[in-house]
Amino acid sequence: MKNDKTQNTSTDNSPFGEARGTLDINAYLDQDEKKDLLRLLTAGSVDDGKSTLIGRLLFDSKKIYEDQLSALERDSKRVGHAGEEIDYALLLDGLKAEREQGITIDVAYRYFSTNKRKFIIADTPGHTQYTRNMVTGASTANLAIILIDATKGVITQTRRHTFLVSLLGIKHVVLAVNKMDLVNYDQKVFDEIVADYKSFITQLDVPDVNFIPIAALKGENVVEPTTLMPWYHGPSMLEFLESVHISSDRNFDDMRFPVQYVLRPDLDFRGFSARVASGIIRKGEKIMVLPSRKTSRIKEIITYDGNLDEAFPPQSVTITLEDEIDISRGDMIVYPDNLPRIERHFEANLVWMDEMPMDPNMQLFLKHANNTTRVKFDKIQYKVDVNTLQKSSIDHFELNEIGRVVLTTNKAIFFDPYKKNRSTGSFILIDPMTNNTVAVGMIIDKLSADDLPSKIVDDKTLEANKSRIHKGECLISDAQRQKRFNQNPATLWITGLHGSGKNELAFTLEKEMFDAGATVVLLDGSSIRSGLSNELDFSPTDRAEHLRRVAHISKLLNDQGIITICSFISPDENIRKQVIQIIGEDRFKLIHMDATMEFCKKNKPELYEKFEEGLIANLPGADLQFAAPENPTLMLKPENRATNTKTIMEYLADHKIFPIV
Amino acid sequence: MTEYSLSHLKELEAEAIHIIREVAAEFENPVMLYSIGKDSSVMVRLAEKAFYPGKVPFPLMHIDSKWKFKEMVEFRDNYARENNWNLIVHSNMAAFEAGVGPFTHGSKVHTDVMKTQALLEGLGKYKFDAAFGGARRDEEKSRAKERIFSFRDKFHQWDPKNQRPELWDIYNARVHKGESIRVFPISNWTELDIWQYVRLEKIPIVPLYFAKERPIVNVDGNLIMVDDERMPKEIAEKAEMKMVRFRTLGCYPLTGAVESEADTIEKIVEEMMTVTVSERTTRVIDFDQDGSMEQKKREGYF
Ligand SMILES: Nc1nc2c(ncn2[C@@H]2O[C@H](COP(=O)(O)OP(=O)(O)O)[C@@H](O)[C@H]2O)c(=O)[nH]1
Ligand SMILES: [Mg+2]
Repeated sequence: MKNDKTQNTSTDNSPFGEARGTLDINAYLDQDEKKDLLRLLTAGSVDDGKSTLIGRLLFDSKKIYEDQLSALERDSKRVGHAGEEIDYALLLDGLKAEREQGITIDVAYRYFSTNKRKFIIADTPGHTQYTRNMVTGASTANLAIILIDATKGVITQTRRHTFLVSLLGIKHVVLAVNKMDLVNYDQKVFDEIVADYKSFITQLDVPDVNFIPIAALKGENVVEPTTLMPWYHGPSMLEFLESVHISSDRNFDDMRFPVQYVLRPDLDFRGFSARVASGIIRKGEKIMVLPSRKTSRIKEIITYDGNLDEAFPPQSVTITLEDEIDISRGDMIVYPDNLPRIERHFEANLVWMDEMPMDPNMQLFLKHANNTTRVKFDKIQYKVDVNTLQKSSIDHFELNEIGRVVLTTNKAIFFDPYKKNRSTGSFILIDPMTNNTVAVGMIIDKLSADDLPSKIVDDKTLEANKSRIHKGECLISDAQRQKRFNQNPATLWITGLHGSGKNELAFTLEKEMFDAGATVVLLDGSSIRSGLSNELDFSPTDRAEHLRRVAHISKLLNDQGIITICSFISPDENIRKQVIQIIGEDRFKLIHMDATMEFCKKNKPELYEKFEEGLIANLPGADLQFAAPENPTLMLKPENRATNTKTIMEYLADHKIFPIV
Repeated sequence: MTEYSLSHLKELEAEAIHIIREVAAEFENPVMLYSIGKDSSVMVRLAEKAFYPGKVPFPLMHIDSKWKFKEMVEFRDNYARENNWNLIVHSNMAAFEAGVGPFTHGSKVHTDVMKTQALLEGLGKYKFDAAFGGARRDEEKSRAKERIFSFRDKFHQWDPKNQRPELWDIYNARVHKGESIRVFPISNWTELDIWQYVRLEKIPIVPLYFAKERPIVNVDGNLIMVDDERMPKEIAEKAEMKMVRFRTLGCYPLTGAVESEADTIEKIVEEMMTVTVSERTTRVIDFDQDGSMEQKKREGYF
């Protein structure tokens, strides 16, 4: 029946395994040194047997030293709740106060190891009033054991614990159905609980869920496989813990190196130390520093034990760069083709950890990825009832309450959604008065400009906004405008690389149209960026926002019958699509100034030189891709400078844009 | 993906280095408390690793109770000199000159005056705002809930009810003037991890850890070594040569030895895994009363 068990080594708990007789301690130590580490969380409501289970795991893995054991026998007689049997729970409840109350009131960390693995257990209490402790324990755990009393089944607490586990992004859950002895090791009871739990957990985001029936007090199916539940074919608790695969849970895709410490032992050496938060950092690779966006290459990855070619999370290393760049603590080193979000506004799940309730108007410190900045609350979207998962609106949080908020930081932070990246998606909030950690958060994502809340968009909510917008009763008709201006409005959108000559074209075109009697407005990068878009930079995200604004202006002008000339690099198809959507396909005329890279560099060398020196980044055609449009309305070459304006004027006339008559 | 996975020791090492750097970055005036024991030797090595190829940017401080084993002091001085450490040695000199010691004043008074008081005095004298300690959570029950950044008020007191939540690896390092933080970078290490690391890294440790014939008196079941002439004659007289080693090091009259043949790290580990007596029972100060370590911590001792 039980031959499907793949490994059975844990049944021998001697640290030396089978080889005890012919012990080679060196071989043992060499092997022990290579074990990996599993951090786990245990959750359950009071008296489900959590302490008993942990005590068993520790005891049976022979980590409970003999003298602790004899002290335990003494203590059991005095305050033990387990009658004549040894009360394993007493091993664990450390602080005096709680020993007297008989409950676990904080997060306690326990250590044990087997032949296969080292384990760190975060042991946390179960009441609602200890939500913050459980959240704390969960923050570092790879796996959670959620205990259920077989006589009680899935209860409110089970749901709460599971919700918290999924909120904190734990990928592996084991539902330990305990006290199976009290239900005669009955399969039906177990199956019902499993079905009940499954129907609930599908609402939540936990990729790996497992079910194990145990009787912790008897040690049944904890370490040794069960003999009393022949219907169960899975691994025992310890077998499972020893074999669950966790090394691929980390994010190895998005390289983030949040500079923790600048190492300057002397004037010749400048190292940047940090833990690799995610991704693989490689020697020789081209990097970008945020927020300066300066680029360089990794020269060395240094450790005390020798230089590395690559480093991965959670290694702590020091790197040096090819170029002298000013970098300080809190800056983030990334690859230029894989940037994190760089934002001041974002949405997050928040857990309130402080006795003092939240004051929504207070400014706090936000500590995130070795960076500390001031932060304020813009909006509380809702609170989640941890027991029912019901959402409700509130105006502040109290201790242990959880909900979704919008935050604005003083300076931009570099993050990824917590779901994708635990290290760059988590933060703590510190009260500057008390210095307490009052809340912790998990970033959901940035907010798109349309979703920015009231305080930022200067109006109630977007919904409210929309209902307040009335289409004006304009008294001038399109036909009247056509007649007045002798033109049909259009947006002449000129795209091309920096230095392609598109600005020069735009200005000569404007002059010629003006002289011919057209009503025309020219929009170009420098005029918009110096005012309307002055807080935006050249990253793909900000570029998109910048062009969104330009498109809206152009549309307004077109609506008034005016022709616009827009001269913007607009490097990729997505950005241009967004623009077309706003302006409308009919009015949008795309003119591509098709210049070679050599031409551009010769024509306008300054920016390209700066780029070569690593002083600027995100330069289309250089480190940012420029995708030439597939079907432009007109394709022009800078070499035809003398005739380009004429070509456009002819097109306008042919298509009755200007003049109509 | 398996190639991108660390062994538990390397993971613990990376965690400790991260913690040590965080303190150096966030505090103005940190210090690393160095007790000469194996745990603090590991901690110092981790600090050296954290700032390599630079030097450790903060001093080490040893609180010398004046009753340490002679071999400890010798080891400390040699090792500090060889490695060019910035080492401060601080003692409660007033009490020492007044003659405080374990034989005359008892273990409780001695520990309080020459260790706890001396530590507070040393921290105050140099106005340190953060102090690293080599304590581990698996050492003693009450430590299991200790934070890595453990907050202390103006009087260096630890309030178990008023500790900050500690999530992920984001540490709240903000303190008001006069307040401080004790930091435990090797919180998550076990005794076996320490021995493994000492072995792998070839970290020098005091020879007292290894079994040797030593002059030993049995005092109420504790094997106490006769280390100098301050031990009262009537006790010292009973000394016999015994093959012993020490599992923890402290004041010689307060630190019990264990009988052992283990004269290499490998043998120590072997002994540890088979004869399992937890290390702190060999330290006499713990016999006082239940929860005694918690009491001491509240008072400012580590
Ligand atoms: N019959 C039975 N009792 C158990 C089992 N596990 C734990 N208990 C008992 O349940 C009570 C609560 O256990 P404890 O471990 O303190 O629960 P905790 O509050 O979750 O830590 C104790 O009296 C245990 O002896 C089990 O498998 N079977
Ligand atoms: Mg308990």
